[in-house]
Amino acid sequence: MVIVIAFALAVLLAWPVGRYMAHVMRGDRSRLDVVFAPVERLIYKMLRVNPAQGMDWRAYAAAFVVSNVMLAIVTTLIFMFQDLLPLNPDHIPGMSWDLSLHTMMSFLTNTNQQHYSGQAQLSYLSQMTAIVTLQVVTPVMGLAVLVAVLRGIFGGRNAKTAVEGQTRDLGNYWTDVTRATLRVVLPLCFVLSLLLTWQGVPSTFHGGWHATPVDASAGMAEQVIPVGPVSPMVAIKQLGTNGGGWYGPNSATPLENPTPLSNLMELVAIPLLPMACIFMAGAFIGRRRFTLLAFAVMGTLAVALTSLAVWSEQQPNAAAHALIADAPNMEGKEVRIGPIDSALWATLTTQVNNGSVAAMHDSLNPGAGLATMAAMLMNMVWGGIGCGLLGYLVYLWITAFVCGLMTGRTPEVFGRKLETKEIRLLSALMVLQPVVLLGLTAITLGIPAITANSNPGFHGLSQVFYEFTSAYANNGSGFEGLGDNTKWWNLSCFFVLALGRYPAMLIPLAVAGSLAAKRVAPESNGTLRVETPTFGFAMLAVIVLFALLSFLPVLVLGPIGEWLSLAATH
Amino acid sequence: MNTQASTHSPRGTMNRNAIRESLLDSVRKLTPRSAARNPVMFTVLVGTIICAGYTVHGAFTHQPFGFALAVTLILLLTVLFANFAEAVAEARGRGQAMSLRSTRAELSARRLRADGSEEVVPATMLRKGDRVRVSVGEAIPADGEVVVGVASINEAAVTGESAPVLREAGTDRSGVIGGTMVLSDSIVVEVSTDPGDSFLDRMIALVEGASRQKTPNELALTVLLAALTIVFLAVVVTLPGQAAFVNAKADVIVLIALLVCLIPTTIGGLLPAIGIAGMNRALKANIIAKSGKAVEVAGDIDVLLLDKTGTITHGDRRATDFVVVGGVRDIELRDAALLASLADPTPEGKSIVHLARERGSIADVVGGEFVPFSAQTRMSGVDLPDGRVIRKGASDAMRAWAGERAIAVPPELTGAVERIARAGGTPLVVADDRRVLGVVALSDVVKHGVRDRFAQLRAMGVRTVMITGDNPLTAAAIAAEAGVDDFMAEARPEDKLQRIRDEQIGGRMVAMVGDGTNDAPALAQADIGLAMNSGTQAAKEAGNMVDLDSDPTKLLQVVEIGKQLLITRGALTTFSLANDVAKYFAIIPAVFAASIPALGRLNVMHLTSPTSAVLSALIFNALIIPALIPLALRGVRIRPMSAEALLRRNLLIYGLGGVILPFVAIKIIDLLLTPLLGA
Repeated sequence: MVIVIAFALAVLLAWPVGRYMAHVMRGDRSRLDVVFAPVERLIYKMLRVNPAQGMDWRAYAAAFVVSNVMLAIVTTLIFMFQDLLPLNPDHIPGMSWDLSLHTMMSFLTNTNQQHYSGQAQLSYLSQMTAIVTLQVVTPVMGLAVLVAVLRGIFGGRNAKTAVEGQTRDLGNYWTDVTRATLRVVLPLCFVLSLLLTWQGVPSTFHGGWHATPVDASAGMAEQVIPVGPVSPMVAIKQLGTNGGGWYGPNSATPLENPTPLSNLMELVAIPLLPMACIFMAGAFIGRRRFTLLAFAVMGTLAVALTSLAVWSEQQPNAAAHALIADAPNMEGKEVRIGPIDSALWATLTTQVNNGSVAAMHDSLNPGAGLATMAAMLMNMVWGGIGCGLLGYLVYLWITAFVCGLMTGRTPEVFGRKLETKEIRLLSALMVLQPVVLLGLTAITLGIPAITANSNPGFHGLSQVFYEFTSAYANNGSGFEGLGDNTKWWNLSCFFVLALGRYPAMLIPLAVAGSLAAKRVAPESNGTLRVETPTFGFAMLAVIVLFALLSFLPVLVLGPIGEWLSLAATH
Repeated sequence: MNTQASTHSPRGTMNRNAIRESLLDSVRKLTPRSAARNPVMFTVLVGTIICAGYTVHGAFTHQPFGFALAVTLILLLTVLFANFAEAVAEARGRGQAMSLRSTRAELSARRLRADGSEEVVPATMLRKGDRVRVSVGEAIPADGEVVVGVASINEAAVTGESAPVLREAGTDRSGVIGGTMVLSDSIVVEVSTDPGDSFLDRMIALVEGASRQKTPNELALTVLLAALTIVFLAVVVTLPGQAAFVNAKADVIVLIALLVCLIPTTIGGLLPAIGIAGMNRALKANIIAKSGKAVEVAGDIDVLLLDKTGTITHGDRRATDFVVVGGVRDIELRDAALLASLADPTPEGKSIVHLARERGSIADVVGGEFVPFSAQTRMSGVDLPDGRVIRKGASDAMRAWAGERAIAVPPELTGAVERIARAGGTPLVVADDRRVLGVVALSDVVKHGVRDRFAQLRAMGVRTVMITGDNPLTAAAIAAEAGVDDFMAEARPEDKLQRIRDEQIGGRMVAMVGDGTNDAPALAQADIGLAMNSGTQAAKEAGNMVDLDSDPTKLLQVVEIGKQLLITRGALTTFSLANDVAKYFAIIPAVFAASIPALGRLNVMHLTSPTSAVLSALIFNALIIPALIPLALRGVRIRPMSAEALLRRNLLIYGLGGVILPFVAIKIIDLLLTPLLGA
């Protein structure tokens, strides 16, 4: 029941939000200009950019990369030297260089994979400046690149006036990021943050509370209960597909997620903006059918994955087989949240590349573990903000290429031909994921000294594969059970994070830039339409087939093997 | 498909020699240089060599090597099958082209020296720009253009059409082809190509391996297939490392088998053959394409610019109706028109006789004097022995003629003439020395079946535009009758060029037919310029295809050939990828059968043993290539339907079918194999 309510609520809220986003990203005038325009003008002046200046795809990509490099440097320095910086009442030491690099890249890529435990290893300043800034800005960057790509595949903002050979205007990166941050993400966070504070999530600058445990048998004389400005951070963590919590146990702790209502709000917030992106895209390009088909394709996969996870968690945990009567799997779960909500959270947080967790994914039954991995491998079932739809577009292009041939014409999408150049770019992206994930998994498993996992066999393989998959999908959720704060894990994930983020954004941008300059063929009876049920089925087949063909063997050695072995023994 | 290929020669059939030659070719293509052109098959070849190494190693160290040997042989067969597909396609193309060319192999030519004297040289010595004299009964030694004289020529050797054609210097019909026979008169031909460089030679080069260039879509597909190969390489190479962690051992031979089964060998092996077969289908339709790209682009055509005359209509105006005026009886008009046309040699005149006879006129006359049409009088007719004078001609000329003789012109004549003109016809007024009898309507007759053809093209999303020099009224009427989507009236050659440019700016791909020198710029501008072989050299150089039959309706066939080429590639790619699902289910449980018995549950096909599972999948993988060669060569059947319907159909057949078929086939092979392995 809660599943249906959460999905319905998310879709219902995403619709108006998406339309509003389209309105904002088009740069339409609005009554809110009175509030936002002066702030925006100030920001443009500080950044020394001309907001009216259009950019072609190269300039747009360059601006995106430059902004990321700047943020990377500042953030890494803050993490390494937080002990010397103010706002550190609990005297937390600076991070090691490799952990700093990993943490920086993790937040810069909107992943929030944490090889540290938030409340213990980050000062208030680190959390409030570096972490929160990246949590707000990086999802918006995904949105900006998506919008630029959408402009590109319809010829750019100057499509109507441009002559052949003229550079195509994909928008202004700085304007897109600024407008989306100020007018979309921050107001939404503000609302959710207030709602969460109302439910009891801490919001204070006070240092940690000291408490005496009621149960003396715990062996502790005194416990420090870390608090801080938690609720705004939880709000952006959920809304911005971030997932990095204030506390290590993330949304399983009562301090981040105190009530059933807060649980529902946080659940709904996970897919809200990725879904809104789909509504935005349709409104932005003026094709409602595009939204419809994207929803149908993603929705079908979401239903399948969610069903598998929820069903799986209702099965008893194999380890508890002989001990208790058959009951749902409660291992690694917060009792307040229970198996169904936990499974829903687990599957949603991996479909959307959010990565916040409300239960230990390590302890999920193999079926649910498989569902979470499959979701991250496809990485376009809702996906990240902007990035999810970019992933969808990549599959759409590849499907259109094969299907286009089958209709007897050079494949085209929205009238623009997919030729060797575009296919070469897309192929590189297709190859990258299996090569990186399978290669690193094999290397890590092959050298026991660096594996640092807590299980042997199928489950141990799953732990390692999950970590890389989560990093590549920019998801950030952890299977846990992995001693991941080591030089190997920090540095390997540093690269996986970057490889999972930048090619997945820059390649679609390059493809869109190349498509933008092409002649548009008008639609005819002979044109392949990419917004029909037939094409939707073809796309589903391509997505599933590609994930299956690339990753079936490793999944067989991981969750599927575990599943079959458990089934065989009982 | 409507193939108008001639049946006079054994073109397209393969004799035993050709098959033997193709088999040898398949082995020759094993050289690394030739194999490296195809990344997918190259991977298989490398796998074969590794397996062979294991076999030899096993044989020398007295370990069991039967399995390795079996895998090696099947892999080698897979590569050979792929090579064979390409070789067969090449052989067919070569055969088709050779039979076109053989006719001129041992020709000699009378070359004209600068002083005008003649020397006899072998045709192979001729160079571009040489002039040769060809007289009655001689064969034209090389492709060229008539520069002096006029002759009727039998082109049956090349086109299969036995009716002679007229070729005349300085006209749009001055092009001649090497190997054709001069039937009358004597002409001087300027050779237009160096030996080995004629269109036919170029076409032969296009189907032969070495100089064959990949077409744009083929290149894009090759990139995608190479990417998939790398993906599967990553899957297989990393598998032992992952397996070792769960204490499972993976055999190298089985892993190579898995790799070969996964990479898209089916489409990879057939891809070159599909491309060549596309060219062959063009050749079979007597179309010489100057590049593989041209054939491929044909599938993308959005707009066909068709000359009205000869393509949409028969070209000659024919009598289609008699309209009487001033109370004249029908029979009187018919008989008069008939008598006036009996001796008229023009097609119009003949058609009047034909129509009058059809409607029951039996009038006839012996003697009498025929007055032929002239540009001054703009009328023709007959002066009968009994003194009766009958004339037929353009309306204004006839009015003037009647005025001179004080013959009354009935008032309804004007209306009748206008009605015919408005309907797209040409009114021919008939009068004798006493009165004006009526009007014969001459109209362009739309060819039988073109309307259906255009409707089919429309269903595939191709628009047709009719181009004519007629006035807009006439043009509109014919356009409506033929069912074209648009027309251009009073079109001059430069209008054609402009129209092509406009369509292209609108993002459409344009095809057109032309034969005249003044068509050359438009032929060059169009995405597909189909030049008539009867046309001038300039036109043939400008276009990217030449139709040996000089049949403008070929354009429709060209579009179909192009579409078929792309569909075949797409369908077999889909099929190849869909096959992988079953192969995974066959091999993955087999790989780990010994170390992880629980994975046996994935053996949904219940294959007998790991060995038989791997071999069955491999055998299926190898056999599917020769099984699909006929499809690759023939092309996927194409029906005129919308892209949406076409996609649905092909997804069902090649996608869903591609998933299901291998499950069944691998199971059957396993059943057949089990007793062999058990023995």
